[in-house]
Amino acid sequence: MAVAPPVPTSFSGGVEAIVLVMLLTEFAMLRAPLARSQIRLYAFQSLGFSGLAVSVAATQHLDDLYVLAALSFVLKVVVVPSIVLRLLRDARVDLAGSNRLGVASMVLLAIAISVFGFFVVGSLPVHARSLPTATLGLAAAMILVAFLLVILRSDVVSQAVGFFSLENGVSVASLALAARLPLIVEVAFLFDLLVAVVVFGVLMRLHHGRSQTLSTDALDRLRG
Amino acid sequence: MSWDLLVILTAPFAVSVACWWAPVRLAQALTLASGALTFVLAVLLVPAKTTTALSGWLRVDALSAVFLVAVAFLYLATAVFAIGYVRPAGEPKLAARYTRRLFAGMNLFAWSMAMAPVVNGLALLWVAIEVTTVISALLVATDDTDEASEAAWKYVLIASMGLGIALLATVVMYYAGSSAFGGAHELFYPSLIGAARHFPPQIVRLAFVLAVLGYGTKMGLVPVHTWLPDAHSEAPTPVSAMLSGSLLAVSFYAILRFYQVTERAVGPVFPRDVLLAFGVASLALAALYLASQRDLKRLFAYSSVEHMGVLAIGMSFSAPIAVVGVLLHVLAHAAAKGTAFFGAGSVVRKFGTKDMSRIRGGIGALPWTGPMLVLAVLGLAAMPPFGIFRSEFLIVSGGLSDPRDAVAAVLVVGVTISMLGLSWFTSRTMLTPSPEGTVRGETSAWIVSSMVIGLVALAILGVHPPGQLSDLLTRAAGELGARP
Repeated sequence: MAVAPPVPTSFSGGVEAIVLVMLLTEFAMLRAPLARSQIRLYAFQSLGFSGLAVSVAATQHLDDLYVLAALSFVLKVVVVPSIVLRLLRDARVDLAGSNRLGVASMVLLAIAISVFGFFVVGSLPVHARSLPTATLGLAAAMILVAFLLVILRSDVVSQAVGFFSLENGVSVASLALAARLPLIVEVAFLFDLLVAVVVFGVLMRLHHGRSQTLSTDALDRLRG
Repeated sequence: MSWDLLVILTAPFAVSVACWWAPVRLAQALTLASGALTFVLAVLLVPAKTTTALSGWLRVDALSAVFLVAVAFLYLATAVFAIGYVRPAGEPKLAARYTRRLFAGMNLFAWSMAMAPVVNGLALLWVAIEVTTVISALLVATDDTDEASEAAWKYVLIASMGLGIALLATVVMYYAGSSAFGGAHELFYPSLIGAARHFPPQIVRLAFVLAVLGYGTKMGLVPVHTWLPDAHSEAPTPVSAMLSGSLLAVSFYAILRFYQVTERAVGPVFPRDVLLAFGVASLALAALYLASQRDLKRLFAYSSVEHMGVLAIGMSFSAPIAVVGVLLHVLAHAAAKGTAFFGAGSVVRKFGTKDMSRIRGGIGALPWTGPMLVLAVLGLAAMPPFGIFRSEFLIVSGGLSDPRDAVAAVLVVGVTISMLGLSWFTSRTMLTPSPEGTVRGETSAWIVSSMVIGLVALAILGVHPPGQLSDLLTRAAGELGARP
């Protein structure tokens, strides 16, 4: 006799909705023409992650995750976006740069690759403990679209934001698979991200200082 | 409680902080002292079985000790080289600031690389390797040219994306562990390795492939090596030496830690096949690219890709002797590549260019470093009596006794093609007559000394490795599952 699938709870429905919105935010980043709006979208996506951490903390009674949620809110929603936005203000450049493909082709490609990631991960024998299993597929889609963002947009801001949102995707996966990771390790991860952001910032500034543009089209001297 | 591990983790960091403020001479002396101290402490760890500190968060076993010695050796040799290489030119105040910044960065870089083999557990290992990326990306950009800023951007972006995948690998391995442990754990090596037999095999396979792809990006495995030749050629030469000689090895170390768990969870065949595929691609591509290089430092960067390919192929052989060869290769490559970059630094200083078509008569112009560079290149090309000859010999003989002995033939062919590329460079730039008006003479005794250190170490590794070192390599190979 076939066993009826469990009825989804409002918790799992809510969590899946948050992760889906995080994925859609990445689609918006892919087509956002202004560098500033990409940063804001990233802040919004990170807010989603903090909310996710809080909801897992509340339902699983994992107090460490409240600390993680607070830290990632401070870092990813406030500190990192404001550092990058300040850099952009100093650079006085609005347009992020050229796309390597048209908007429609980029989005279609992103949809195709998300579907691929979602179903490949769905076919693995992995069962997320603290989040509904579908979030894992969505996290995989987020990671793949982050790669598209880095590959298809040719400017330093999009590429940096691509890396940051890749990190968000990995964070969602880690929340699903490793919610009980020791806090000290999580804090080390976040601290690392902060250092990485500072270095990205320094190098973006250096690039802008040398070429007066955020575009990476000029970065073609080193070959072979 | 072991103080040596704590000193290894604090001395380079403290010196790095001091270098920001200290006068240039003092910064150089401190760096030299810290390099020597770290190397001595690392060597003292060689006979020890396992050393732990900080309630198990720091742990050095035989496998870590091999990589720690490689990192510490190159730290010391580079400290010697950098004193001679970084000669303040131009406006004194700016030049002093550049020197201080470079020394501070080098110490910090060495600190982060020493941290990777010393910490216990896959999670902290990831943190340490991410720290090496951000520090070295800034160091690559130090020279403030268009090329350096392009190389630094490519490096930080590609390596960080790779490390994102490595973080995912760590999370997946945590998941594999928690299904066996039934709860939270710290990802410490001994507990992971001990329980690996109960891990779900498919999840461990996934984690291993992600780890090879992620850390392989930092190690320079084809096809995720694209940042490597740029970063290694555009960085200041002391940084290039550390990037090629020890950072790549440290990334390989991370892969080996995943290998240890995977080998026990799913058997050795799967991880060996994965490493074989990446290794053959790296060796083949690098061997072909070596022959077409025009830039001296780029040539050595591609030679690093080649040697990383050799390491990966060596791990794919089942004979224990091949694994011992791989670990010896890590040490020998650190010595040989460091020396080659030091020589390249001397040549670049003398001729004012990295373009090989404009470098002629190196041996005539540089009476000491010229011949030593030729020897280092011969060492890289696996000529006896140097360490790489011995290590590749062990790997190939292990490969010939493997059921897949055809791979050993591929290895020999790849290494031979690389040797042709390297000898072509040597004969064109070093062994030709010097152009008229070339002034004969060395630029710095420090550079000469650093190369002597490197070559002596390389010769010792080749002719007669000390007994305790051989013992260490055997124990480390045993930890990797290779028992005779």
